Amino acid sequence: MKLWRVPLDAGHVKVTRGIVHVIEDRCKGCGYCIEYCPTHILGFSKHYNKKGYHPPQILNPDGCVHCRYCEIICPEFAIYSVEAPKPDTQPEE
Amino acid sequence: MEPAVLTGTHYMTGDEACAEGALAAGCLFFGGYPITPATEVAERMAERLPGVGGVFIQMEDEIAAMASIAGASCAGVKSMTSTSGPGFSLMMENLGLAIVTETPCVVVNVQRAGPSTGLPTQGAQGDMYQARWGSHGHYEIIALAPASAQDIFYQTIRAFNLSEKYRTPVLVMTDEVIGHMSERVVIPRAEEITVFNRPRAKGRKDRFKPFEPGPLGVPPMAIAGEGYNIHVTGLTHDERGYPVMSVDCQREMMARLIGKIQNNLDDIIEVEGYLLDDAEIVLISYGVSARTSRAAADEAREMGCKVGFLRLATVWPFPEKHIRELAQRVKGFITVEINFGQIHREVERAVQGKAPCFLAGHCGGTVISPDAVLDIIRREF
Amino acid sequence: MESAKKGKTQSKQPPRHPLDDWLRTDRMPHIWCPGCGIGTAFSACLSAMAATGLPKENFVMVSGIGCSARGAGYANVDSYHTTHGRAIPFATGLKLANPDLNVVVFSGDGDLFAIGGNHFIHAARRNVDLTVVCVNNYNYGMTGGQVAATTPHLAKTTTTPRGNPENPFNIPLLAFAAGAAYVARWTMLHARDLMDSIEEALKKPGFSFIEVLSPCPINYGRRNKEKALDTLHIYQEQTIIKNGAHPAELEGRQDGKIVLGKFWDVAKPSCNELYEKTCRPDFGKDHAA
Repeated sequence: MKLWRVPLDAGHVKVTRGIVHVIEDRCKGCGYCIEYCPTHILGFSKHYNKKGYHPPQILNPDGCVHCRYCEIICPEFAIYSVEAPKPDTQPEE
Repeated sequence: MEPAVLTGTHYMTGDEACAEGALAAGCLFFGGYPITPATEVAERMAERLPGVGGVFIQMEDEIAAMASIAGASCAGVKSMTSTSGPGFSLMMENLGLAIVTETPCVVVNVQRAGPSTGLPTQGAQGDMYQARWGSHGHYEIIALAPASAQDIFYQTIRAFNLSEKYRTPVLVMTDEVIGHMSERVVIPRAEEITVFNRPRAKGRKDRFKPFEPGPLGVPPMAIAGEGYNIHVTGLTHDERGYPVMSVDCQREMMARLIGKIQNNLDDIIEVEGYLLDDAEIVLISYGVSARTSRAAADEAREMGCKVGFLRLATVWPFPEKHIRELAQRVKGFITVEINFGQIHREVERAVQGKAPCFLAGHCGGTVISPDAVLDIIRREF
Repeated sequence: MESAKKGKTQSKQPPRHPLDDWLRTDRMPHIWCPGCGIGTAFSACLSAMAATGLPKENFVMVSGIGCSARGAGYANVDSYHTTHGRAIPFATGLKLANPDLNVVVFSGDGDLFAIGGNHFIHAARRNVDLTVVCVNNYNYGMTGGQVAATTPHLAKTTTTPRGNPENPFNIPLLAFAAGAAYVARWTMLHARDLMDSIEEALKKPGFSFIEVLSPCPINYGRRNKEKALDTLHIYQEQTIIKNGAHPAELEGRQDGKIVLGKFWDVAKPSCNELYEKTCRPDFGKDHAA
């Protein structure tokens, strides 16, 4: 995530990481998750699901902060995130 | 805690006896709306229900009253409402919901003269076809017609029992005269009253199908809060209760809904014969008009006419078989009812031209005099 | 491209949404159109039910007729899809007959405020212990987009082709005036606030009402030049949260903004409680004896 200034506590606050899962065949391609992902890691995929929509794909899996907003904005119960296993060391920004 | 069954001999109106019958049958929820001449049923229930552990609520209209009793029944409580013509009209849509969702409940219609506001304080029997076909779509309904205060006590219990047994709304089609007339009512001891409770869901909750038929074609009922996670809808639905918009599903659902009534007619239909053994002329009647018919039959016998009388305690489903059998051996029928021939048409249909059928009908507002029946006997036979 | 592949490999494990226990997954996908907000409001409602920690079997969902009213059919709790406008009286019967049930009415604006308006005000007056979630999409979606009691003045629908000549209800004011114990309004975009609000309402005794503004891109948006995302941008940019705002001040917009928030939250005895106290104060004692 791009920040306009680095928070003073950025060095010791651990940002949660998440893994996004898409239940593709439930998706109707409204794009709400893509539009409202705060870290903009989602985009429309090129392929179709069985209903003929383009489900979202995860463009930048490492960017997920597990805010779960995609999960709660999705009208289709088609996307959710789970917390990623915590790495031993915080990756460098 | 007060007793639900007021064992003893009473002098009470038909409306009050109706309420006592409901309580004796285990009714614990009444959702109603005041309307003449049915208000006294609600008043009695408002007074009595809190003491027996039940709930009375006066809803904002009859639409809400009917919806509330369906809701209460889904929570596992025997429920009822009472009304008259205009309110009965408002209940029709949710009556259909109770039929298709197989929700037991009892609706009492204390009939008054219509159409519209009509004669609110004066009796009639003009809602008999509305009882049969008032809600949209094709369906089977059970409607009982009590002929006295004592009978309304008994028929209301029977209404609850049939409603629970077949998981369907049951109508008690009484009238202003029966509702407002005070008579002797003998209430037996609680243990002498047969009370039937709906078949209940059992077994594995994850495999339960809420509309899978059990014995008699009636599905065991899961109650809200039991953990069966049932879905109940007014849409055409399959055995899981899920909406399925197909002709096949509609056919299957309708076949069972109609079948569970049509295949159990002998259990549902109750008729009472009077001087029928040697009768040449048969009077057919129900409700308050049954009293006219009984008097007319007695007077005709005194005149030397072999007149008998068949009282339809169950009006719907129509006791067709009984009338068809009589038609083989009698000279004619006279239907006595306070309308211009609703059940009369059913009688004609059942008789199939095998004997002449006449109507002693009336516009409503008062009972039919036995003389009107005797006039027809003199004129036609 | 590589990250896309990575995304795909992640969904290899059988995908199971956190709300799947509360959903009739065998009925997914649901009938709601692409971009329709009902699903989001419904998801918030299920999340709130789960978040209460109350036993799942105590929840009952009741709906009337309409798009939003299909909600009951997707909730994996005892659920009743009743007649048009009559969800509230049906729910009233359920709740009075079994006060242990936690009854949620999930339905739409047409169902609750036009055909069912009378039932709504009376349930609020009685303070029946129900949680009523009203998805307001400004029109009758199920029948193809007709004017509703909530359609803004001049908005186009199939039955107001020249624009709506009438004014809409201020429904939080109606709920407040009729006696509701809890009144809030959110949009489906404010899904977290909405969730918290519904959870709060579910735990609260008495009549709770939550309005959820929600896009109907196919039937309303299309005729009013509002794409689904346009509606969401309105929810994002043209709303303001004013908790405690008086419901009378919510009509239309305030300084160009739609006011959201929890407007009213008071403690008062519920319908069941008042019935027990008034009609059988000695019943419990009697019963114990």
